[in-house]
Amino acid sequence: PSAQVLNRRCVEAAVMTGLALNCTINKKSLFDRKHYFYADLPAGYQITQQRVPIAVNGSLSYSLCVDNKMSQMVTKTVRIKQIQLEQDSGKSLHDDARSQTLVDLNRAGVGLMEVVMEPDMCCGEEAAAAVRELQLILQTLGSSQAIMAEGQLRVDANISVHHPGEPYGVRTEVKNINSMRFLAKAVDYEIQRQIKELENGGTVLNETRAFDSKLGCTVPMRDKEGKQDYRFMPEPNLPPLILYDAKSLPANVNHQQVVNIDWIHERLPDLPSVKRAKLVELYGILPEHSFTLVNEDGLTEFFEDVVKQTQMKPKKVIGWILSDLLSHLKQHSLTAKESPISSFLLADLLNLLENGDISSSAAKQVFEELWKGEGKTPLEIVKEKQLELIKDQEELEQICQAVIDEREKEVMAIKEGNEKVINKLIGLVRKATRGRANPLLVKQILEKKLSE
Amino acid sequence: MAAAEPLRYCSDALPARVDDVTNCFRWRAMRALALCRWLRGGTVRALRLGAAAASSAPPPQDGVTVEVLDHLERLALVDFRDAEGVERLREAVRFAERLREVNTEGIEPMDSVLEDRCLYLREDDVTEGKCTAELLKNAREKVEEYFVAPPGNIPLPELEERDTFLKGS
Repeated sequence: PSAQVLNRRCVEAAVMTGLALNCTINKKSLFDRKHYFYADLPAGYQITQQRVPIAVNGSLSYSLCVDNKMSQMVTKTVRIKQIQLEQDSGKSLHDDARSQTLVDLNRAGVGLMEVVMEPDMCCGEEAAAAVRELQLILQTLGSSQAIMAEGQLRVDANISVHHPGEPYGVRTEVKNINSMRFLAKAVDYEIQRQIKELENGGTVLNETRAFDSKLGCTVPMRDKEGKQDYRFMPEPNLPPLILYDAKSLPANVNHQQVVNIDWIHERLPDLPSVKRAKLVELYGILPEHSFTLVNEDGLTEFFEDVVKQTQMKPKKVIGWILSDLLSHLKQHSLTAKESPISSFLLADLLNLLENGDISSSAAKQVFEELWKGEGKTPLEIVKEKQLELIKDQEELEQICQAVIDEREKEVMAIKEGNEKVINKLIGLVRKATRGRANPLLVKQILEKKLSE
Repeated sequence: MAAAEPLRYCSDALPARVDDVTNCFRWRAMRALALCRWLRGGTVRALRLGAAAASSAPPPQDGVTVEVLDHLERLALVDFRDAEGVERLREAVRFAERLREVNTEGIEPMDSVLEDRCLYLREDDVTEGKCTAELLKNAREKVEEYFVAPPGNIPLPELEERDTFLKGS
């Protein structure tokens, strides 16, 4: 009996992830030992897949905003070199004050999936966007919750610089990156540091550095001096990992012991890119909108629920979701599921707006009231604050006439051809009605009266 | 010490069937060759074996130099201790070198003597745990539920400063 036993879920997760990243799945992959000494690695070696990993040669597509404008997005691709299964080490907590390291071995031996990317990214923003997309994919597949803050997704960045057309420069590895934001910062800092070093006639060392989040810089890491010799050797306790597909599946097998790549392929859920494309097609929203919907936990569901319950077109609903709702959620660090305004209430409000019962500025006021979560319905708030639009045509005409009568100068200007002045009249009507007049209707009435 | 007993690994992994001896041999070959290739690197220098043996030691032709011994001690934290230990290492290298006499051209290297066996996959069920107290009994020093270790790896001193190198000579 072997000391180390491979968990089937690890294999399935690796295959799923490999398929989602367009990799070639190696039907036969091997396990190796990587030897080094460290307090959090009690065995003195880590089991990994150095010679033949489980998946190779894939790609990950991600999108970036050009010039920080949400409206212009470009798609980029980073090649995936490989995905390998390996063991986790324990966790070290460095207590510099007492000159000691505290070691927690709870996670030692737990299965990990390492995704190795090729150096196709050129700045912190690209790295963060690529990792963000990977995170969404992992969460969609269920391979991992991939929350960086909880160490479920760990990122080490490898950075080098070179002049265009020349070979890649010496790379440094940067560890201790605990969030997407820090990833972008660490990459950009290191790029600048290396450029400065080279411009000053220095050289870049092939070393491991740590990102110091407080100072926003990278520093050489202790214990990582010199090139490591890991003395890789085949893991003597683990035979090769054989995966099957529909064709190679032997008859009369114990299904519990067999991982079928095709079976997993058929059951892959919609990846984020597919989800986004479907949203754009189904609801006629813009691609950049779909990005935000998929990016924010629970927001797509919320949006679709509102659309189901309102007559307002999805293209208009999306504005309310992405500006009003999302900005409020962000301000209070809430997810869509934690929103004090339910999809039902928001749909109710949007229906009032769509029916012409209130103006859009009144709607925004009602939104603010609803956000307080006092249990009132939109209609109750509208009545309370007297926000209903004046629907009585005669009443509106009277008010418009009154304004026309008052403002001879402006009326003259309009009749002489200065059409923009009508906006002043519309503003005055709005004041007189305390925002309860539909500006379009008011404009129509005024124009009709002025042309008589 | 791995250097002194290259045979031990193989006998543990030796399959029950006698006709698998060839397979075992191929596997040993692979490990030993890796060791050989590795020892070959490094410059040839006179071997210092302590005061007594200095003049009689011939310059090594098998690549087992002082630098190599130092490197091995540092990497694997073994202590060759004395001339006898070093000689055992040399014998191991000589033994492994003989594998080169086997013509393996066109033959796929063997990955594992277990290559015909199925890798057992376990279900994702929690079957053990909740034994913190028992595990922490092993700790010489602990803080709350953490093991206490020095602040980092304490590397072996450089060869010149090391008084344990081939101490037994």
